[in-house]
Order: sequence, then C-alpha cells, then structure tokens
Amino acid sequence: MHLSETVNTGFYFLAPGLVLVPLLGLLINAIFGKNFSEKMVGTVASLASGTAFIISLLLAYSVSINHGHPVSVPFAEWIHIGNLKLDWTFRVDSLSATMMLVVSGVGTLIHIYAIGYMHEDVRFKHEEGRFNRFFIYLNLFIAAMMILVSGDSYLMLFVGWEGVGLCSFLLIGFWYEMDTLARPSWANSNAAKKAFITNRVGDFGFLMAGFLMFWHLGSFQFDEVFKAAPAIAHESPWIIVAITLFMLVGVAGKSAQIPLYIWLPDAMAGPTPVSALIHAATLVTAGVYLVTRSAPLYTLVPQAQYIVAMVGATTALFAATIAVGQYDIKKVLAYSTISQLGFMVAAVGMGAYVAGMFHLITHAFFKALLFLSAGSVILGLERGHHAHAHHTHHDEKPKGKHKKEEHGHHGGHDDHGEVFDPGDMRNMGGLRKTMPVTFWLYMAGTLALAGIFPFAGFWSKDEILLDAKLHFTSIYWQLSIAAFFTAFYMGRQIWMVFFGEARSDAAKHAEESPRVMTVPLMVLAVLSVAGGALNLPFEGFHNLGHWLEYTLGEVHALPLDLGVAGISTLLALLAIFVSWLIYGRNPLKTGQVDPLKKPLGFVFTGMENKWFVDEGYGVLIIKPFKWISQFLADVVDWKFWHDFVHDTVIAGTYNWLSEVALSRYADQKGIDAFFNSWGDFTQWLSGNARKIQNGFVRSYALSVLLGVVLILGYLILK
Amino acid sequence: MVPVEYYITLSAILFSIGALGVLSRRNPLIIFMSIELMLNAANLAFVAFARVYETFSGQIFVFFVIAVAAAEVAVGLALIVEIFKSKKNINIDEMNSLKG
Repeated sequence: MHLSETVNTGFYFLAPGLVLVPLLGLLINAIFGKNFSEKMVGTVASLASGTAFIISLLLAYSVSINHGHPVSVPFAEWIHIGNLKLDWTFRVDSLSATMMLVVSGVGTLIHIYAIGYMHEDVRFKHEEGRFNRFFIYLNLFIAAMMILVSGDSYLMLFVGWEGVGLCSFLLIGFWYEMDTLARPSWANSNAAKKAFITNRVGDFGFLMAGFLMFWHLGSFQFDEVFKAAPAIAHESPWIIVAITLFMLVGVAGKSAQIPLYIWLPDAMAGPTPVSALIHAATLVTAGVYLVTRSAPLYTLVPQAQYIVAMVGATTALFAATIAVGQYDIKKVLAYSTISQLGFMVAAVGMGAYVAGMFHLITHAFFKALLFLSAGSVILGLERGHHAHAHHTHHDEKPKGKHKKEEHGHHGGHDDHGEVFDPGDMRNMGGLRKTMPVTFWLYMAGTLALAGIFPFAGFWSKDEILLDAKLHFTSIYWQLSIAAFFTAFYMGRQIWMVFFGEARSDAAKHAEESPRVMTVPLMVLAVLSVAGGALNLPFEGFHNLGHWLEYTLGEVHALPLDLGVAGISTLLALLAIFVSWLIYGRNPLKTGQVDPLKKPLGFVFTGMENKWFVDEGYGVLIIKPFKWISQFLADVVDWKFWHDFVHDTVIAGTYNWLSEVALSRYADQKGIDAFFNSWGDFTQWLSGNARKIQNGFVRSYALSVLLGVVLILGYLILK
Repeated sequence: MVPVEYYITLSAILFSIGALGVLSRRNPLIIFMSIELMLNAANLAFVAFARVYETFSGQIFVFFVIAVAAAEVAVGLALIVEIFKSKKNINIDEMNSLKG
C-alpha cells in the first residue's frame, strides 16, 4: 500500500541518501576499519556506492514516471541571514539523474575492482595498513560528487566541486611519500599539490562567475538564475558573457582543458582505480555537466559558446598529438582523456548538449575500462617482476595467482639494481599470450575509443562530428584530425603492449589478474560495446535525447549522416593501419628507440615532452612567483620588517628610551640627583655643624659670652 | 662724693678683664681667679647701687654671691685635683674628651 503509493509518486525522498549513504560507509570504515578484514572494508565501501547506485536508479525511475518534471527535495537550511536564504536542496531531474547513474554505476564497479587492485598494490609497496584509507577516500569522493550533481543551485554545485577537488588531492597523493616507482620522493605529493592548485585557478573562475551571478541575477538557484537571465542579457549582455567565460575557466580547471590541463597527466601518480574513477569517468566530467546545466545561460551568448567550442576543439587536437609520443601506458590514456574531454567541451560549446552528455557517458564506460585494464597490465607486470625475482634469486618455485597469500619477499627492488617501471610500454610486449582476458577487455575499450562501428564511442563521437560539420567547419576539421590521432595512438599502444615479443623479463612472466578485477571490467566492456544504444541516430531510438529534453528543452535530434560516419570510420581504420605499419609489422625490440623519432625529429621530441608546456609555465609563472615570494620573505619581511622596523626602530627606540633617556638622564641624573642633593646638603650641614662641638672649653666659654652679648644687646636696643 | 658712674665703670672694666682672662688663659687656676674677678666686679656693682638707692638688699646679696663663689671654687678645685690625678696635666686645651 505505502510502497505502491511511492511507486506511483516517486522515490524522491531517497535523494539525500545519495550523499548520506557513502558518508555512512566512510564513517564505518574510518571507525571500525582497523578491525575489519580487507574484504570487509572493500565490501562496506562497495555496498555504500552500490546503494547510491540503486537510489539513483529509483530516482531515475521517479523522473520517468513524472515525465521528467524536475523535483526539488529540500534537505537542510544552511545560511539564513536576514532576507538571504541559501539552503541545501537536492534537485532530481533527468540531467542530474543521468550524472548520478554514471557516477554511482561506474563508481561501484571501480570500488569492486579496487578491492583486488589495492590488495596487491599495498603489498607491492609494503604498506598493508593503508588499504582502509583508500576506501574511505573513495567513498568521500562519491559523496562529494553526488553533492555536485544533485545540487539545486550553483552554490551546492560548488561545494561538491571543491569536495571532489579535495578528494582528488587526497587520492593522487595516496602514496604521498613516494614516486610512481615507490622510491622515497616528493613526486606524488607534488602531483597532488599541482592538481589542487591548478584546480584552484579554475575555482577562482567559478567563484567570479558565482559572484557576478549573485550580484546581477540575485540568486544561485538554477531556476531563478535561468529565469532572470534573459532580461539581463537583453540590457547588458556582457554580464552573461562574463559569467559564462568565467565558468569556462572553472571548466578548464576541472575538466582539464587548455590552459589548465597540466594537472591531469601528473595525476597518474595516484593508484589506477583513482585514475579511472576520478580522472576519466567522473570528476573531469563535472565541467561538462556544469556547461550543460548552464545551457540556458550559454544559449543567450553565442560568442561565449564559440569560445568554449574552440577551447574544446583545440585541446582535443593538442592533447591527441602529445599522446602519440608518450611511453607510459597511463600517460597515453591521460592525454587521451584530455583530448576526449575536449570533444565533450566542444560539443556542449556548439550547443550539442545531448551529444556532449552522450559522449560523457560512453567515455566513462570505455575510459574506465581502459584505465582499469591498464591497471591490470601494470599489476601483471609487477607480478611477473616479483615472480621472476623469486625464481632467480630465492630458488623458490614461482608463485601462481596471488589472491590472498603474502608475498614474503623482502627488499625486492633493492636486489635488482635499477628500479623497474611496470608502466613503461617499452618494458611490455606480447602480453596477448600471457594476459588474454585483459587483452580482449583492452581491445573492447580501444575500439570504442577509436570510434569503430558498432562500439559505443562510434555513435557518440559521430554525433559530435556531425554537429560540428553542420555548424562549425573549423571545429569539424580539428576534431576529425584529433580522432585520427586518437585511433593512431591507441593502435600504437595495442601493438606495443600486447603484440610482438616481451621486451623485459617481467613481461615474459606476467600473470593474469584475479576475477575480482576482471569481472567489473567485463561489465564495463559490455557497456562499451552496447552503450551506443543509449542514443542511436535513428528515429525512435533517440533515448538519451528524449530523456534530456525534459531538462534541456527542445533538442534537435540529428539523423545518421552516412558521409560523416563513413569518413570518421575510414579515418580511424586508416590510423590503425598506419600504426600497424609502424609498430605492428616490425614489433619493437628491447631497447629500440621509437620508430617515429627519426622521421619526425623535433616534432616527435615535442610530443614526447608534452610540447614543454610545464617547462613554459615553470619559467613564466612559477619561477617569478617563487622569486617574488622569496623576495617578500627575505627582504620585505626579514630584512625590512623584522630587522629594520622591529629590531632597529621599535626595539631600538624603546631600549634607547629606557636605557638612556629615562634611566640615565631622567632617573639617575635628574631625580636621584635632586633627592641625593638633599641628603648631601644635610650631610654638609651636619658636618659643619658638628665642628661646634669640639670639646674645647674655651670655645664653649666664648659661645656663652657671645650669647650674653647678644641678649644684652637685644635688651638694651629694644 | 665719688659719682656712682665711676664705680660702675670700674665694675665693667673688672668684669671685662675677668672675661678676657676666662677666655684666654690656659691654666684653670687662673681661670678660676678670673671668674672670681668677674664675681667681684658684680659685687662692686651691687654695693655701688645699694649705696645709691640707700637700701641694704644689694649688700645682703653680696654675701650670697661670696658664699656661692666660695662653694663653686671649692668644687672646681676638687675637680681640678681629680683631673690632675688622671691626666697629670691641667692645661684646659687638652680637656677635649667631650668632643663630639
């Protein structure tokens, strides 16, 4: 009875659970985690995330039975000052439901994968006690991301925005005292700082947009802002332009666009589940979500839209070129993420919000799949590395699949001289034979990313390309070239990692990953293959379009254009063929230099070194900043303020006053002298008066005579 | 008759000489003699005025003065004898042990 009522009206009351359940999971693990087994910790965290997913499903169902009507679920009062009321309210509509589903769905799969991954990772790094902390941070991230996507106002969005930035910092710097190769170093914590600080620059943009919004439009709340915007756009459109462009700065920070993308490749220092969850599927999509949510604002100012689209397209192409020259398996995927985010930002910049969101969803699927498979590859090499070490150094039989056994090796790396990098593709090769499951999963992700029919990536990327071709030709060309590069570098990666001969002992002895890791990946692989069904460009199949129409208003669904689709598929296949010619036909040998290095010369050097952007920032911004702060600290603060003003002026004056002026002159020479003079006078007087009493009788007699004379004289003269 | 002024003048002169003697002599015996001289000068003045005013009070008073003088000299001489016993010397310049 009660349930059937709810089934008919909707499960909106569950909305706060999206945030509260992960927080509860976090608290349970934080308080009781040290008494739990690893499986228990992971299960609690995954259940928390899974429950959030179920709630998202129920909320999505509620949206659908209410025909997409947005519903606000008030949760808590926050700031009430006079007439100002800023509250925490949840908003359940089709757009936020989409994001909730992606975040919690992919998030839960990654939680499960992380149980297996972190089990091995903490052992490779000899830090078993840190397992618990990872899942606490992961749940915190889910909670913060949920706040971001379910907020009713830009204010709550920003709270979540900052929260995910914090979690990004905590998780990138998870191995804070090491670098990626587990040597003691500042590298990981520097990467975490870089992420946080670069994000902060983006946050500055967001805050400026928020301030302008509040000042001119009077509110942070979505509905109120969108209602007030057209009037302001009519009077003084520059306000809306300013708001949207400042928001673009925030998007550039969070979604890693030019010029603030630099943190994302460094963020690969974090454990691979982090890279998958945060830096592929969820956190980086927050910027795209922001623009989509602000669609009513952006449609008012086409100039700003064009800038957004250009930023996205340029980033897509730029990052794709860098990915070609990278040797680390995760770095290739990182630049690929930046590039694909460029696609999404370009899409929403062009006004193709459905295409952008569609690509967001499919990208979450296949990029998470790719990252997690890369994690599987990396661990496979680590296992091979340690098995090989045991075999040759300890005369034990090589260990098989390690699920729960301890490794029992001590000081493994120290025995081998130089440190082994399990993420370097030059150390891989031929993994197709030793890690077949991972190989097929990786292929699924690659084909989806490259945009090969009928994988999910093909449909979503195609929609973006079609929209670009119809409206913005330059963007179409940029995105097409980027798509070519995308297929090329993914092909390069496949040939280098999985084909050819193993180029290191670790690769020769690599071992497949356990089921707790591969099963979530299979789910993601299915989604990568079939995900295109979300929004097929055929009449009656525009599911996502119709769904998002509830929130975005009228959506022009485009039919399939065989020309565009054909060209993009051809480009992708051509790129893979070219990559086979270079990397597949004559697979790399151990120690061989990348075959593109000689022909492309300095271009390849640029690609290898990410076009020296970080070095450029170092010279232009970081060095002057450090110089200024050093100057302020040493000269202004120490030399001027401390040494001169404090010590010389203030302390010196005070000391002079008390020692010289007051003590010596006023006190000693002044007051003391005055009062001492009284004593001296008395002494002089008494000294002299004493002389009368000299014991000399005749002088006494004389005194008597004198006294008599005086008295007589007085009496006579009277 | 001798005018009374002559007696008074003589008394004054005697008194001054006595005073000078007290002040300038070292020997206590001489000082006592000077004191006697001063006392006698006073006596002379008494008698002279008694004669002028034809009353006997002055003359009676002279008897008192003589008695007192005698007593005082007796005591004084006794003191000097004692001092001589301890100091073997009666130079009053050296009697300065009451010096403060």
